[in-house]
Amino acid sequence: MTGASTSPQFKDNARKALADVNLQTALKVVEVNFIARRQEVADRLPEFEALRDSARDIKNHTLAHLDLYLDAYEQRVTAQGGKVHYAVDADEACRIALEICRKLDARTVTKGKSMIGEEIGINAFLEANGITPVETDLGEYIIQIRNELPSHIIAPAVHLTKAQVEADFRRVHTHLPADRNMVEPETMLAEARAVLREKFLAADVGITGANFLIAETGSSIIVTNEGNGDLTQTLPKAHIVLASIEKLVPTLEDSAQMLRVLARSATGQEMSVYTTISTGPRRMQDLDGPGEYHVIILDNGRSAMLGGQFREMLRCIRCGACMNHCPVYHAVGGHAYGWVYPGPMGAVLTPSLIGLDKAGNLPNASTFCGRCEEVCPVRIPLPKLMRHWREREFERHLSPATVRAGLRFWSFFARRPRLYSFVTEIAARALTFFGHSRGRFGWLPLAGGWTKHREFPSPQGRTFQSQWKNRTR
Amino acid sequence: MVERGKRVGLFVTCLVDLIRPSVGFAAAKLLEDAGCTVDVPLQSCCGQPAFNSGDRQTTRAIAEQVIDAFEGYDYVVAPSGSCTGMLKVHYPELFEGDPNWRARADAFSAKCYELVSFLVDVLRVERVSAHFPGNVTYHDSCSGLRELEVHAQPRRLLGTVQGLTLTEMKDADVCCGFGGTFCVKYPDISNAIVTKKAANVAATGAQTLLAGDLGCLMNMAGKLQREGKAVDVRHVAEVLAGMTSEPPIGGPARGDNL
Repeated sequence: MTGASTSPQFKDNARKALADVNLQTALKVVEVNFIARRQEVADRLPEFEALRDSARDIKNHTLAHLDLYLDAYEQRVTAQGGKVHYAVDADEACRIALEICRKLDARTVTKGKSMIGEEIGINAFLEANGITPVETDLGEYIIQIRNELPSHIIAPAVHLTKAQVEADFRRVHTHLPADRNMVEPETMLAEARAVLREKFLAADVGITGANFLIAETGSSIIVTNEGNGDLTQTLPKAHIVLASIEKLVPTLEDSAQMLRVLARSATGQEMSVYTTISTGPRRMQDLDGPGEYHVIILDNGRSAMLGGQFREMLRCIRCGACMNHCPVYHAVGGHAYGWVYPGPMGAVLTPSLIGLDKAGNLPNASTFCGRCEEVCPVRIPLPKLMRHWREREFERHLSPATVRAGLRFWSFFARRPRLYSFVTEIAARALTFFGHSRGRFGWLPLAGGWTKHREFPSPQGRTFQSQWKNRTR
Repeated sequence: MVERGKRVGLFVTCLVDLIRPSVGFAAAKLLEDAGCTVDVPLQSCCGQPAFNSGDRQTTRAIAEQVIDAFEGYDYVVAPSGSCTGMLKVHYPELFEGDPNWRARADAFSAKCYELVSFLVDVLRVERVSAHFPGNVTYHDSCSGLRELEVHAQPRRLLGTVQGLTLTEMKDADVCCGFGGTFCVKYPDISNAIVTKKAANVAATGAQTLLAGDLGCLMNMAGKLQREGKAVDVRHVAEVLAGMTSEPPIGGPARGDNL
C-alpha cells in the first residue's frame, strides 16, 4: 500500500520545483524561520550539545537491545489492556488497522499527524475500503483537501503560500459565506477548527502517530502544537497508534531527554505546546478516553537496517532539522524527493525502504556540505550514510554509464601521477591558449553542466607542478 | 612553537595545479615566511571525485599513493579545506579493518593541515606583511568549516593585512552549491544555490570575494561573472601572501584588450 514514488524522476521534479514561483516563495519560510529559531533556543541552553550526545546514546543503547525493549513494551501495553500488533510491511499495517475499524463498524476515522501513516498510505487504503479518514493537523488537513503528500516531515504544507491555502479553503468550505475575511492565518486556523470539530465528534476511531514508545510504562508519546492529537485519541471508541520499531526508548526519563532536543531541533521551541502521553485504554475510574488501545508497530525494512551500514539512521527522531538546514531542500522543497521522507534524512532512509534502484538520485543530490549532520539532534552522520548509498550504487552498476565512464577515464590518470602531470600540463597550455586573454570560457566541450549557468576560468598558463620544478632546479 | 626548518609537503590540489598555480606559490611563500621548508612531491588528486562517487577501490588506490608520497614529511599542508578533509578525516576511514594501512593512514592524518589553520594553529603566525587595499568578504567553505573548524583563523590573519576591510556577508557559512561533481550532476539545483550566494556576496558591496577552496571560488566567480557582477574573486592565500599581481579568478589577462 506504500504510495507511488516519483523519486526516479528527481531531476524533472527538481526542475519543475525551481520554476514554481509559489513554491519558491513558500520555501523562504523554511530558510529564514526554522534556522534562526533553532539557533536561538540552542544558544539559550548551555547543555544542549551534551543533551544531543545523551540523545544519541539513548537511541544507540535502545537499538542494541531492541528485541528486549520491544518485548518489555508489549508486555506493559498488554497488562494495561491494550494490544500490540506487529506489521512486517505497509500492507500488513493497513490491513490490521482496517480490521480494527471494521470490528467497530467505523465510518469516519480522525487522524493526528503520522509519518508512518504516510509511509503505509493508510488514507488511500481506508478510503478504498469505504472508511473516511480526516486529517486533524492543520498542515495535514490542508494537503488532504489538496490531495497531496506532505513536503516536510513536521510542516507538511510548508510548500504552500497563505494565498494558496486561502483559495483551497474557499474552494472546499462552500457552506461558509463567500465574502468572509481570511486575511490572518488565525482566521484560517479558526475556520479549520470549526470544520474539524464536527469530525472529531463523529469519529469512530482515532489514529495517531507516536514520537516515542516507552518500554518501561507501555506508553506512547505524541507532541503537537494544535492539540488535535488529544481530541483524535480520546474521543473515539478506539485509539490506534501507528509507530515503527525504532520509536522505542527504555524509560520515561529517557523520553524526557529526547523531548528536550526534539522541539528545540524541530521548531525552535523549548517544548511543543502539547506533549501527550497515552497509556492503554480508558480505565474504570477515567472520565474519558478510548475503549480500545491498539499499537501497530511497523518494520517495513527497518530490522534489515539494524544489522548493517545504515543502522545509525534508526536513531532519527523525525525533527526535520536536517531538511531545514539543507541547501538542496531550500532550493527544491520536499515533493521533488518523490516519496514520503524528503531532505537528507529522506535521502538516507528512502533507498532502504523503497529500493536504491528507485531512490538512487536522492543520496546523490547532496553537496555534502555537512550542515545536516551539524544540527542533527542524535548526531546521525548523514553525509557518510549518503556516501554509503553511492558506494552500493557503484558496486551494483546502478550509476549512469556516463558517470562511470568519466570516472574510469579520470581515475586512469589520477592513479598515475607522472602521466597525470604530463596530460594536465598539455591541458593547461591548451586551455590557456584559448582562454587566457578573456580570462574565462562561456562554453567548454563536455562541461555543459558547468557553463550552462556559469563561466569557467582559464588556467594561468603552465601547471603548478611544472612551474615548481623550474623554481627549484 | 614549531622549530624552524620543519619540512612541509605541499599538497597543492588538482584544481590549483591546473587552474591557478599562483595559489600554490602563495601557499609556499606563506609557509616559507613562517620558517618551513616546502617540498612538492609528484601528485595528482586526493581522490575525492572517486570517493564521493562511491568508488572505494579507486579512492583507496589513490590514498595509498598520496600517503606513500607524503608520509615522510613533518607536515602535509593543502590550500583547501575540502582536500585536507579528505586526507585528514576520510583517508583513515578507507582503511578500516586493515591494521597496517590504518595505522599509516592515522599517522598521516595527524600531519595533515589546511593551509591557513596550519599557519595560525600550528605555526602560531599572528600577522602577515601583506597590503591589499579595499573591502573584501569571506566565504566559509563547508569542509574546512565543518570538518576542520576553519573559521576564525583566516579572519584573524586577514585582519592584519594593511588596507583591508572585511565585510561579512549574510549566510557566509552556507554552501555555495559547488559540491564537487554535484554541480555538474545537478546543474540546476547547484545554480539555484550559487545564485543566492552571489546575491549575498554582491549585497556586501565588497570588491573582492575570498575563500580557502578553489572549487567553491571557481563556482562563485563563474556565477558572479555570468551575472555581470563586478566582484573580483581570489583565494585567501593570494591576499595573505601579498601575491595579487595575477588577474583574479576568471579575470582577463592584464594589458590585453578583450
